[in-house]
Amino acid sequence: MELILALAIGVLGGSGVWLLMRPRTFQLIIGLSLLSYAVNLFIFSMGRFPVGKPPILEPGMRGDPAVFADPLPQSLVLTAIVIGFATTALFLVVMLAARGLTGGDHVDGQAGRDR
Amino acid sequence: MLAALQNNLAILPILVPLLAGALMIPMDDQRGRLRAGLGILSVLVLLGTALALATQAETGAATTVYRLGNWPATFGIVLVVDRLSALLLVLTALLGLAALTFSLARWQRMGAHFHALFQFQLMGLNGAFLTGDLFNLFVFFEVLLAASYGLALHGSGVARVKAGLHYIAINLAASLLFLIGVSMIYGVAGTLNMADLAARIPSIPAENRKLLEAGAAILGMAFLVKAAMWPLGFWLANAYTAASPPAAAIFSMMSKVGLYAILRLSMLLFGEDAGASAGFGHNFLLIGGIATIGFGAVSVLATQDLGRLAGASVLISSGTLLAAVGAGQVGVTTGALYYLASSALAIGALFLLIELIERGRDVGADVLAVTLEAFGDGNDDEDEEEDEVGVAIPATMAILSACFLCCALLLAGLPPLSGFVAKFAMLSGILNPEGLGRGPTDVSWGGWLLLGALVFSGLATVLAMTRAGIRSLWATSGRAVPRVRVIEIAPVLLLIGLCIGMTAGAGPVLRYMENTAEALHAPKDYLRQVNGGRQ
Repeated sequence: MELILALAIGVLGGSGVWLLMRPRTFQLIIGLSLLSYAVNLFIFSMGRFPVGKPPILEPGMRGDPAVFADPLPQSLVLTAIVIGFATTALFLVVMLAARGLTGGDHVDGQAGRDR
Repeated sequence: MLAALQNNLAILPILVPLLAGALMIPMDDQRGRLRAGLGILSVLVLLGTALALATQAETGAATTVYRLGNWPATFGIVLVVDRLSALLLVLTALLGLAALTFSLARWQRMGAHFHALFQFQLMGLNGAFLTGDLFNLFVFFEVLLAASYGLALHGSGVARVKAGLHYIAINLAASLLFLIGVSMIYGVAGTLNMADLAARIPSIPAENRKLLEAGAAILGMAFLVKAAMWPLGFWLANAYTAASPPAAAIFSMMSKVGLYAILRLSMLLFGEDAGASAGFGHNFLLIGGIATIGFGAVSVLATQDLGRLAGASVLISSGTLLAAVGAGQVGVTTGALYYLASSALAIGALFLLIELIERGRDVGADVLAVTLEAFGDGNDDEDEEEDEVGVAIPATMAILSACFLCCALLLAGLPPLSGFVAKFAMLSGILNPEGLGRGPTDVSWGGWLLLGALVFSGLATVLAMTRAGIRSLWATSGRAVPRVRVIEIAPVLLLIGLCIGMTAGAGPVLRYMENTAEALHAPKDYLRQVNGGRQ
């Protein structure tokens, strides 16, 4: 399970970084999205992976940390996802504006330079 | 009622702009006056609150903790007001007031929702200065960044959208680094409260220490991108030059957010009490800061354009502050804090001033025309009104030149203005590590390097500003005298006047900075107040 998660983070992160270096705005935004997935998984994994354990106390139970999943990384991931959605949407609008103003989808605004 | 206000003073710098901004969103352009009035009112309330908090930190309790929801610090999020936070709140409110007043003359009409975005920007800045929790810091960073994306694009136009695209992409990537750093620190230390973290760091087992330091370094990268340390700061000059002047003026405070976070966290987490991690990253900051000063000085000399000159000054200012933090001496930090206040105000004034000076040139007029065209024709009636009220104030050029001279003196650190006092305080701190007249004065290699860099950057700034001044103010053949309204020059005069005030009242101001620096270097009071009885 650890291996699968580590591979997932690695593949997502690697693809994201590669796409981030590409010259088209579409590749850029997909790269940023993939990277943010990798980061979200990474935050989640910092909660130490207790599989099948609840993050909240049952009524009447003693608070033994070994029995529970850490709820904090989960809430951090949730916040990060929401903020990530908002900024991605905002970035998309800017990209559309750049497309309209420069007539191309190159990140430096040089329309059709290498077509 | 008054007591309740007093108790809840710390939350006001976040709540007031939030409410003001939220109220402004549904207002349409017919209510322009109401919206502008609300904006100014909000900034004035912020200024009053910030001054009250600063007075409270200086004369009353040095550290005030505001527990949101009244949860104890480890479980709930806290806001912490100490001298450093209060100082930065005051600076933010002052720059906000100046930029907002400036924008009322013309820039507020160049695009939609300027006022609301401006308020959210202030909210993000204030929140970042106040919070005592790392993840909450991330949230406020995102608030201020989201607002700054809007402000950077305010006025639209090809240049702004191109620069804005880079700016947003870089900051989104930096935010991801922020998240990685925060989660690594949480994974090792199990807490995100800054004070709790500082208390736990000395007892982190050796096998986890490298992981924690790696997390802190990745987190630091996110702040260094914001503070534009070389080589992470290539985006800054483009983005700040392309942004509209009021936005650029408030952005000069935004690069101070990264510096604030580095100053706060490196002192708190890796100060003298941090066990094996004490002093982590200080040499890196010193070297990086000096490299940034060098890069900034070269770009100041290389640039032909006034806007880029101001952008390069931001780099020099950031570099100086980073290196001063890295030096890790109380005396240097005192000077650096004074320098922070002086340079933030001076750079803000310069960004506003440049637009007024450039207005006499054809190029500036072209950009404005393009902007109006791109934004649409909906504002035709307002444009006519704008032409009517543009009364040229007498002796415009003389006032502009005097302001430019003051900015040059402030940024280069020449007497008699506060830039000189700031550099003098820093140099004195470097040369007397044990305090003036106390102990042996063996200056470290880093100190000598920093001293050289400070003097060199001053020289470069003098050269560049003189050249730019001669070109744009003396050699004015074939150029119309710019039409400047009182409401546009007043904010510049306010900011420069504040710097002059800081020079005249250098004693009390420096004393405040010294108390701040001492509290930063030995954050016992901060830890005790936030962590409660627990240590």
